[in-house]
Amino acid sequence: MDAESLLLSLELASGSGQGLSPDRRASLLTSLTLVKRDYRYDRVLFWGRILGLVADYYIAQGLSEDQLAPRKTLYRRGRGRKLGNQDPGDVVGSLNCMEWSLLPPATEEMVVQTSVLKGRFMGDPSHEYEHTELQKMSEGEKVFEEEVVVQIKEETRLVSVIDQIDKAVAVIPRGALFKTPFGPIHVNRTFEGLSLSEAKKLSSYFHFKEPVELKNKTLLEKADLDPSLDFMDPLEHDIPKGSWSIQMERGNALVVLRSLLWPGLTFFHAPRTKNYGYIYVGTGEKNIDLPFML
Amino acid sequence: MGDPSPDPEPQPQQPSSRRSSQVPQRRSRELSLPQPSISEEVPQTPFDGPAMQSSQGILASQTNLQDWSSGPPLTAQENLAMYPTEEAQLGGVEYPSLNMGFPSELQPQPYLEEGGMQASRNVSLMLQQLQQGQGSLFQQLDSTYLETQPDYLGQFNMYQGEDLQFDQGVPHGPYMRDDPTLQYSPSELGFMPFSAEVPEPEPRELAVQNAKAYLLQTSAGCSLSLYEHLVNLLTKILNQRPEDPLSILESLNRTTQREWFHPKLDTMRDDPELEPTYEMAERQKGLFLRSSAGGEGEQEMEEEVAETAVPNIMETAFYFEQAGVGLSSDESFRIFMALKQLVEQQPIHTCRFWGKILGLSRNYLVAEVEFREGEEEGEEEEVEEMMEGGEGLDPHGEEEGEEDEEKVTDVIPKPMWRPPPIVPKEESRSGTNKYLYFVCNEPGRPWTRLPHVTPLQIVQARKIKKFFTGYLDAPIVSFPPFPGNEANYLRAQIARISAATHISPLGFYQFSEEEGDEEEEGGAGRDSYEENPDFEGIPVLELVDSMANWVHHTQHILPQGRCTWVNPLQKLEEEEELGEEEEKADEGVEEVEQEVGPPLLTPLSEDAEIMHISPWTARLSCSLCPQYSVAVVRSNLWPGAYAYASGKKFENLYIGWGHKYSPENFNPPLPAPIQHEYPSSPDVMEMSDPTVEEEQALKAAQEQALAAAEEEEEDEEEDEDEDLDD
Repeated sequence: MDAESLLLSLELASGSGQGLSPDRRASLLTSLTLVKRDYRYDRVLFWGRILGLVADYYIAQGLSEDQLAPRKTLYRRGRGRKLGNQDPGDVVGSLNCMEWSLLPPATEEMVVQTSVLKGRFMGDPSHEYEHTELQKMSEGEKVFEEEVVVQIKEETRLVSVIDQIDKAVAVIPRGALFKTPFGPIHVNRTFEGLSLSEAKKLSSYFHFKEPVELKNKTLLEKADLDPSLDFMDPLEHDIPKGSWSIQMERGNALVVLRSLLWPGLTFFHAPRTKNYGYIYVGTGEKNIDLPFML
Repeated sequence: MGDPSPDPEPQPQQPSSRRSSQVPQRRSRELSLPQPSISEEVPQTPFDGPAMQSSQGILASQTNLQDWSSGPPLTAQENLAMYPTEEAQLGGVEYPSLNMGFPSELQPQPYLEEGGMQASRNVSLMLQQLQQGQGSLFQQLDSTYLETQPDYLGQFNMYQGEDLQFDQGVPHGPYMRDDPTLQYSPSELGFMPFSAEVPEPEPRELAVQNAKAYLLQTSAGCSLSLYEHLVNLLTKILNQRPEDPLSILESLNRTTQREWFHPKLDTMRDDPELEPTYEMAERQKGLFLRSSAGGEGEQEMEEEVAETAVPNIMETAFYFEQAGVGLSSDESFRIFMALKQLVEQQPIHTCRFWGKILGLSRNYLVAEVEFREGEEEGEEEEVEEMMEGGEGLDPHGEEEGEEDEEKVTDVIPKPMWRPPPIVPKEESRSGTNKYLYFVCNEPGRPWTRLPHVTPLQIVQARKIKKFFTGYLDAPIVSFPPFPGNEANYLRAQIARISAATHISPLGFYQFSEEEGDEEEEGGAGRDSYEENPDFEGIPVLELVDSMANWVHHTQHILPQGRCTWVNPLQKLEEEEELGEEEEKADEGVEEVEQEVGPPLLTPLSEDAEIMHISPWTARLSCSLCPQYSVAVVRSNLWPGAYAYASGKKFENLYIGWGHKYSPENFNPPLPAPIQHEYPSSPDVMEMSDPTVEEEQALKAAQEQALAAAEEEEEDEEEDEDEDLDD
């Protein structure tokens, strides 16, 4: 959700039950404006919160002028519990609540590496997961498998999880962004919101990432598309089918999309207005049991 | 204003300059004379003409030119964008930068005008239309032309507007191409005044009318002509004055088109799309009305204030908000009103907002209530009968079937399978059925009561994992099959969540002190508690530090599905009286062990870990001000379950999907192994069917035997014949 309309967005997304406490909200408002200034971002999005066992991560993303360019992700560790017996005045990590750290961009091998990790996030970015795997080592002419303990840092896992969630379930309504003839994607200032009939269809929402399926469409389908607006993949053909729960709240005044694949991701939009946004508040684990649950 | 520096003050000067001469404005623009009103000292140009200034008809052209020149702020960018190349040709003279001054030469000016101003002239014509009413402009221009005939040069401006379209290479009707006077190339069409040649006015007029007609044409599919559309578009732009209109031109275009075809509904009709919103609002409005039928206002207020079963939802919501959990405050208030409505409708003793369960199409708001003594029996019994009737059908059906079969001469072997003994349901107000639950989808909708949960349902619910759709009567399609529909599944999940995650600070509840309690219960544990009046409250920091300061105040559910253990075989002995067949149930029955669970009021530190992770996470709500924060505990086993405690208050809440967390993937159980059909006995023996080869071999053997028999007969006959012959 846009940092500029943070309060309203939090209010609209509160149907999922997770939000922010007043002190967090206040600190976020100030710190995100500072982030925008320091990093010179065009827009700063508050991406969400990943709940860890010891502490939570607050994630923000910065966008440049071109909305689809790779986003910079920042995180901040919330205050967590103390481990062990310490003075009540101590705070673990001594991370100032206002400081954001930049995360490295996600790479393919990071994602592969961290796909073996399961379980909850600890909440400590320097925590190392140990994963034993069999690796083929060759000594001289012999090739044998050896158990190697690979250590993966939680920060890497955080990066890849955020990247996966973004690629899988970050949502934007149709018409909110448009593509200029020169290439860059801009925010559409005349976006007045989806109409009610459009808001109930999954095809009016797009994945907020570079399109993958678009080139596979037939020419007939492409003929109906508007190239300045329909340049991203719609949610309609997501696999498995039914992995989005679309609901209207408050009568028809608010449409809420919840992802069932990554439970915790909520997208909201008030039809006929410009308010929309998404937030992820969850444990950072994919719901692999989804096909059984539908 | 036609000034070289038009940007700072185009608009305010516009009206004032209307009266003044156009041409001098243009001149002054080039000469960088920032004069608000046009002065007379206009350098000579062919466009200059006293006739233009004096004639009334010139007003149109004046405004035309003026608008054109005042157009710069709007059109300059367009200009630049659309004709960058031409401007390059013009030596990079940019329109807005006319501040530099511009030599008032005739030659460059028309170039500039033509190259740079073509678009703007077009626009200015339109602008003029807008301000003077649609369609009248051209007439005016035409009339102007006719009146000021000698001033043909002045009209070049207007015509140039028309011809611009031709310049842009838009395919025209044949009449244009055939027009002998218009065979000039686009650059020449700019009516170079510097070239003394002036085309005949007649074709000009014709061209204007042709152009206008072309613009006004509408196609069969669409009743909107380009002319009107452009008019609408520019009106919209001028009215709204957005920033940077060029970059949003396409969107504005689309919006204008859409608006034409989808006009706003007039005020007498309701928008059909918003119907559900209004309906919902009406329903929720009912929540806010006080139900009392007037009259007794004050008395009722006092009564209400004294005792009400409705909890203080707003306070709870406030505390949970500190923890970052919960719904928005107006949603909470609506829930509060809905609960109040529920309390008024049903005979409720205590009531609590249990939480919200998210579903696919709709969500559930759950209220946990306790009826007043003796109130609920009526409805309960009906429900019970229905359920028992349903459950009893299967064994009864079997019995009847078997009886029928006995009458048949052939004794069909009886199936060996017996349904596992049904564990009896727990009584109301005890164990899992201690509280009654009501659900509704949204505040304002009616509350529906959930049936009591049976142990079998809990056992099955542990084996499946399904999303809730939001409709209580939806079937649950799963394996193993769930005995019931979504209402039952929901109730089972609520029971599991309550048993696992309802906690309170240590000492808040205590066992009622009666001697000999433990002995009487027979080791099954106490199942009742009461509030401790001497509870002092535990400091928040201690609550966060150690899980031993929290205890469960709901009974743990045994693997059997109940809170108190019941030997299912005991029930069977009673059923034996019903029929002979039941005797067989005794055979093959294993000893069932008593199941024991942790007793009530066990601290959380005793809870089992999930894969080396503590099942609870405790936090302070706000570390910046620990003196005023609340302790918040979050369950890792049931994501979405929260509890807070502060001073003497505490509360539990659940908002989530209603599923348990498991680090392992969900593995549905495999189907049961195939049963044997019949046991082999002398009566019934199972053999495999003969194969084709065997059958053929048999047939061959039979034929051989037959053939052999025939030969023997023939032999015998021959023998007989021989005998006869002899």
